[in-house]
Amino acid sequence: MAHSYTPGLTVTEQAVVRRRRQLPLPGQVLVQVGDHVQANQPVARAALPGKVYPINLANQLGVAPDEIKEYLVKKEGEAIQSDEILAESKPLIKWLKTEIRSPVTGTVESLSTVTGQVLLREPPRILEVLGYVNGSVVEVQPKQGVTVETTCTLIQGIFGIGGETWGTVILAAKSPVDVLRPDQVTADMKGKIVVGGSFLPAETLTKAKELGLAGLVVGGIHDKDLRALLGYDLGVAITGTEQVGFTLILTEGFGTIPMAQKTFELLSAHTGEKASISGATQIRAGVIRPEIIIPKQAGAVSGRGAATPQREGIRIGDPVRIIRDPLFGKIGQVSALPSDLQKIPTESEVRVLEVKFPDGQVAVIPRANIEVIEGA
Amino acid sequence: MTAASEVSTHPSITHPLNVLVATDCGSTTTKAILIEKVGEEYRQTFRGEAPTTVEAPFEDVTRGVLNAIAEIEELSGRKILDGDTILTPNRAAQGDPKRGVDIYISTSSAGGGLQMMVTGVVQNMTGESAQRAALGAGAIVIDVLASNDGRLPHEKIERIRTMRPDMILMSGGTDGGALTHVVEMAEYIAAAEPRPRFGATYKLPLIYAGNKDAQGQVKSILGEKAALEVTENIRPVLERENLAPARHKIHDLFLEHVMQQAPGYKKLIEMAGAPIMPTPAAVGVIMETIAKREHLNLIGVDIGGATTDVFSVFEGVFNRTVSANLGMSYSVSNVLAEAGLANIMRWVPFALDEQTLRNRIKNKMIRPTTIPQTLDELQIEQAIAREALRLALIHHKSLATGLKGVQQERTISDVFEQQTSGKTLIDMLKLDLIVGSGGILSHAPRRNQSMLMMVDAYEPIGFTMLSVDSIFMMPHLGVLSTIDEKAATDVFVRDCMVYLGTCVAPIGRGKDGERLADYELTFPDGRVVRDRLKMGELRLFPLGLDQKATITMHPGKHIDLGQGLGVPVTRDVQGGVVGVLLDGRGRPLQLPADQQMRVSVLTRWFQAIDLYPKA
Repeated sequence: MAHSYTPGLTVTEQAVVRRRRQLPLPGQVLVQVGDHVQANQPVARAALPGKVYPINLANQLGVAPDEIKEYLVKKEGEAIQSDEILAESKPLIKWLKTEIRSPVTGTVESLSTVTGQVLLREPPRILEVLGYVNGSVVEVQPKQGVTVETTCTLIQGIFGIGGETWGTVILAAKSPVDVLRPDQVTADMKGKIVVGGSFLPAETLTKAKELGLAGLVVGGIHDKDLRALLGYDLGVAITGTEQVGFTLILTEGFGTIPMAQKTFELLSAHTGEKASISGATQIRAGVIRPEIIIPKQAGAVSGRGAATPQREGIRIGDPVRIIRDPLFGKIGQVSALPSDLQKIPTESEVRVLEVKFPDGQVAVIPRANIEVIEGA
Repeated sequence: MTAASEVSTHPSITHPLNVLVATDCGSTTTKAILIEKVGEEYRQTFRGEAPTTVEAPFEDVTRGVLNAIAEIEELSGRKILDGDTILTPNRAAQGDPKRGVDIYISTSSAGGGLQMMVTGVVQNMTGESAQRAALGAGAIVIDVLASNDGRLPHEKIERIRTMRPDMILMSGGTDGGALTHVVEMAEYIAAAEPRPRFGATYKLPLIYAGNKDAQGQVKSILGEKAALEVTENIRPVLERENLAPARHKIHDLFLEHVMQQAPGYKKLIEMAGAPIMPTPAAVGVIMETIAKREHLNLIGVDIGGATTDVFSVFEGVFNRTVSANLGMSYSVSNVLAEAGLANIMRWVPFALDEQTLRNRIKNKMIRPTTIPQTLDELQIEQAIAREALRLALIHHKSLATGLKGVQQERTISDVFEQQTSGKTLIDMLKLDLIVGSGGILSHAPRRNQSMLMMVDAYEPIGFTMLSVDSIFMMPHLGVLSTIDEKAATDVFVRDCMVYLGTCVAPIGRGKDGERLADYELTFPDGRVVRDRLKMGELRLFPLGLDQKATITMHPGKHIDLGQGLGVPVTRDVQGGVVGVLLDGRGRPLQLPADQQMRVSVLTRWFQAIDLYPKA
């Protein structure tokens, strides 16, 4: 297929990334084009309408829906406090009076003479969208949000959980094949983004949570440990809103898989620098992968890094990662691209390529089962 | 004549259609097929595919369409594109038959398809009718709200607020019935101020198809808050559903509002010579057409990466359901979550520890485009497919029912067997044909693998034909059938459907090796096979496409082949690329709980029909 290829994950020392910072509903943009913003700085703000509480007054007072207006103590549009009287009946004998009190503080939004219902609305909640990365505002969409651009080191993971956060990058593993043991995670790592090696055991996950790490970046974990961490079996890979205490990014996948050497080296080179990370993953068309963005200091930018160019396909010499058993996780270089379909052990006839590994071994792999390591 | 002057972005359908190009813009891949008139019949001749380009960095669905068509150009040597434009009509009349096509048509499920929220008053009455209307129109129903759904009013409002559907369908109440509940639901929706999934600035399309007497009130409550369209009540009286007007409205609004917001769709609509259809709606059209043409009861399934659609036509009644999170790649992990590990493992013919299986399934989820390279990986995927298919059919059966809440006329004969209203319409004994579609079924390395996956998942009983869609072109043919039924039927018969054969499955069980039935199979060449089908056996007899054999079964006294316990049956059975499968594994199908025994039983079955290459 001339036009089909599997784009891989970007792992690059320098890239220019743009991140849209959008409000979920129209509001106010707080910055202007050209402004420099910090990761934790609000860039847009909106008032999220408060929760609505319907109360069926007609039922509670035992009157017809079109009569409820007569019983209201608070009128449409008026403010009301929690437990304040909203409506009351008007019996001849005073102590038979029924009082309906408001369950919330807010306003009387509307009433219906068809259903006998009154809608109370809580005060709006202020919602702020933060910059997420240290960078410059390059675009403002009035009332909706902004686009922030930064020149940075960019590392995409394959899967993550937890939302956006930021902190200092710190290396806990000595090599990409290391298993991150609980004793390697220490109290001084609180609020930091900790980099491990090939695997993260359940005990280390527990300790990371206790210590209050901001983020964890590792090669792999076991699915059963993820299930224990989340408290449920993740069915569909749409993540980013989990509240497990930290953001977790897997660079390779599930199981014990050494972190790609290049990823590990890049993270090592930026130890001590501030990074913005997001675990949000969405694996549908329009893939969102988790990411680690380490903005460059003003003096550290080498030339003007262009936005990552679109690849034309796989080429001989490309570094690739095998992404399916039996050689899952191995990294090598494309050594041949035969164009004819080949029969694989399942008897399917597919397009394949040859991958040469660092030890000199060569394997024939379906093209669908490799991932180009982008930004190499 | 210059290239520009022969370009038309609005091909009219007044000229004869001899060369057609059709695409289906799926959530991952855009698939294009070329259909040409060869002599007097239409044939599918070339196909191409390319990644779908709805999302960043392209954000224009037409890029993927043009790439897929470019592949057809390369393979066919036909000039179809002039830059970003499809050349129409074909230039055969000008002496250049290899230039241009007569029409371009398309379906789409990209960007997650059409996601709808529906509301009713009583959950299993108008709520279900609304759900059926939306599903039949090709939507994924993300929630069904009803007055009696057990949620408190503020929970309902919160739910409407947090979901971001493409469209809402409101139903409720019979015409002339009570107004309160349906008006109350309108008030909840208004209070929630729902916003659409795409586009922050446009109003959410909302269809009201409830009690006609409440139309005025609904308009006054929701007219300002949503792009409100009012249509006929989907349940004018309890005894009757009227889904067509609401379905048509959904299609209209899908084109007018939802598609207009999706990246590049304005251009796609302009390029196409017929309205773009949601993919499942198009598949539904072609399924219904087959059932009607052949007078069949059928079940069709399209198992994709994210979702599994099930279609059925029983006694002329069409139903469709979508199991939104049962699929073979994006949703593969959810199949594990819903089916449970034991149910998946029962189909795997070797021992495998839980941790390895879980990790492998998750790795498939996060890298959904990978394919099994080894035999054991293929067997695991096919095990998962059996469970996804099984669960999706259970879901379908629960919704493809007669109307609930309808008064039943009872006679004295009902004293011992009272049936409730809302019984499922899916009667496996009356089922004539199962049609499978989707990568795992269409592209299984051996066709008997597709057949056994469907037999294991659906457990057909009696006599059932099975077939698969050769290269997943049912969506294309569905939309084609709306403009040229002959072309769609020709291609469907010649190139799309691959008949696998017939499954003969006695109902009942016995001890392993016990007699289920004696059979006599007479082949078209006069050859006769007489033998005994024993409990626990699978037998496969090759019988070619377009061939029929006659089978007489003499079941044991506790065994039924559709005519009653122990009653002999003689029938013609249709052949196919696999043949006639005699399934003596008993119904319901049961597998040994013990792992070693299970592996041995599976191995025996798989070897009996030469399911996999020898390791």
